Amino acid sequence: MIRLLLRDLTLALRAGGGFGLGLGFFLILVTLVPFGVGPNSERLAAIAPGILWVGALLACLLSLDRIFALDYEDGSLDLLATAPVPLEGLVAMKALAHWITTGLPLVIAAPFLGVLLHLDTDAYRWLIITLLIGTPALSIIGAFGAAITVGLKRGGLLMSLLVLPLYIPTLIFGAEVVRRGARGFEVTTPLLMQAGITAGAIAMLPFAAAAAIRIALR
Amino acid sequence: MSILSVTDLSVARGGVPVLEGLNFSVASGQVLILRGPNGAGKTTLLRTLAGLQPALAGQVICAPDAVAYGAHADGLKSTLTAAENLTFWAGVYGQSGIDAALTAFDLNPLADRPAGNLSAGQKRRLGLARLLVTGRPVWVLDEPTVSLDTASVALFAAAVQAHLETGGAMIVATHIDLGLQAQVLDVTPFRADPKTATGAFDEAFL
Repeated sequence: MIRLLLRDLTLALRAGGGFGLGLGFFLILVTLVPFGVGPNSERLAAIAPGILWVGALLACLLSLDRIFALDYEDGSLDLLATAPVPLEGLVAMKALAHWITTGLPLVIAAPFLGVLLHLDTDAYRWLIITLLIGTPALSIIGAFGAAITVGLKRGGLLMSLLVLPLYIPTLIFGAEVVRRGARGFEVTTPLLMQAGITAGAIAMLPFAAAAAIRIALR
Repeated sequence: MSILSVTDLSVARGGVPVLEGLNFSVASGQVLILRGPNGAGKTTLLRTLAGLQPALAGQVICAPDAVAYGAHADGLKSTLTAAENLTFWAGVYGQSGIDAALTAFDLNPLADRPAGNLSAGQKRRLGLARLLVTGRPVWVLDEPTVSLDTASVALFAAAVQAHLETGGAMIVATHIDLGLQAQVLDVTPFRADPKTATGAFDEAFL
C-alpha cells in the first residue's frame, strides 16, 4: 500500500502531475480578494476566515477528478482491482496522496496569505488547526465523489454537484472556529464538530468509494 | 488437478446476458484459447474470471489470488520509466526483482525510458512483462499480442512456455497461433439469448 502512495506522489511531482494546481488557485484567489473588496483592513479582516476557507475548499475541488479518472483511462484501475490490494485501501491511499499534494500545501500557505487579508493575530493558530483537521475530510469526501463518477467521461461537473453539499459542514465549522478564534470566543464546539466530520468521513467513505468503483468496473 | 474451473457459468455485460452454460477447467501447465467473433463475449468472460464483475449464474472455482489479469490497456504510467512501472507492480504483488521480466521481454535497453516515449509494441511488451512480476499461476489475457511484431510474439510465446513449465496456466482470447499446445474453446455456441435480460436494475447503477 505504501507503494501506491509513493507512486501517486511521484506521479504528482512529475511533469503534468498537477501538483501545485490547487495551491496556485488558492494563491490567486486570496491575492485577488483585496483588489476586489478594497483595501479597508477592517472589512478584509471580517471576511478573511470565510475567504481562506472557501479558497481552500475550491482549491481541493479543482484536482479531485484526477484521483481515479487517470487510472481508469489507462487501465491501471482494472489491474489494481485484481491486485492483492483491497480497494478500500487503494481509496484511502489515493485520498492520502491527494491530501499530501493538495491539502498540506494549503495548510502551509494559508497563514502567509492570511497576512494579505489582515487576519487577526489570534486567529492564525485556529486557521492552521482547522485546515489541518478539515482538509483530510475534503480529500476523502472528494475521493468518494471521484469514485462515484469514475466511469463517466467529463464527470467533473456531476462530481462537483455531488461533493459540494458534503463539503459544506466542514466549511461552516472551519470558518466558524477561525471567526470565533479571531474574537477570542470559545471554539471547542465547532472544532469538535469538524473533527467528528473528518473522523467519520475517514472511517466510512473508503468503503463507500470502493463499492462505487466495483460497480463502475463491471 | 485443475487450478481454475467453471461450472454452468453465465456472464452479462451491462445487464444483458452474453454467454451462458459455460463449463471448462484449466489444469496447471495448460493453455485455453478462447475464440469467437467480435462481440461474442470473450472480454466479458475474461473479466468475470478475473473477478472484476460478478457472474450472472454458475460458479468460477479458483483459489483466491491465483489470477493475474491482462487487459487491452496496459495500465502504464507515461511519466514513470519502464523499470519504475514494473517495480511498482512487483511491489503491489509483494514480489521483488524485475530483472527476469525485463530480460524475458527484451526490455533492458528501454528500462530507463519513460513509458510514454515507448512505441505501441514496446508498451505492450512492458504490459506483458508485468505478468511475470505478479508471481500468480493463472494468466487471464485479453488479446495479448495486439501491436506485437513477429519477434515479440515469439518472446511472449517463450515466456508463456516458461510459465507453463513452472506449473502455471493461461486463459487467453487471441486469434494468433502462438505455437503452443492448447485447448481451444469457441464461445459462439454458448451465446445467450439477450431477450432473457434480467438485470434491468443493473443499468440504473451504471
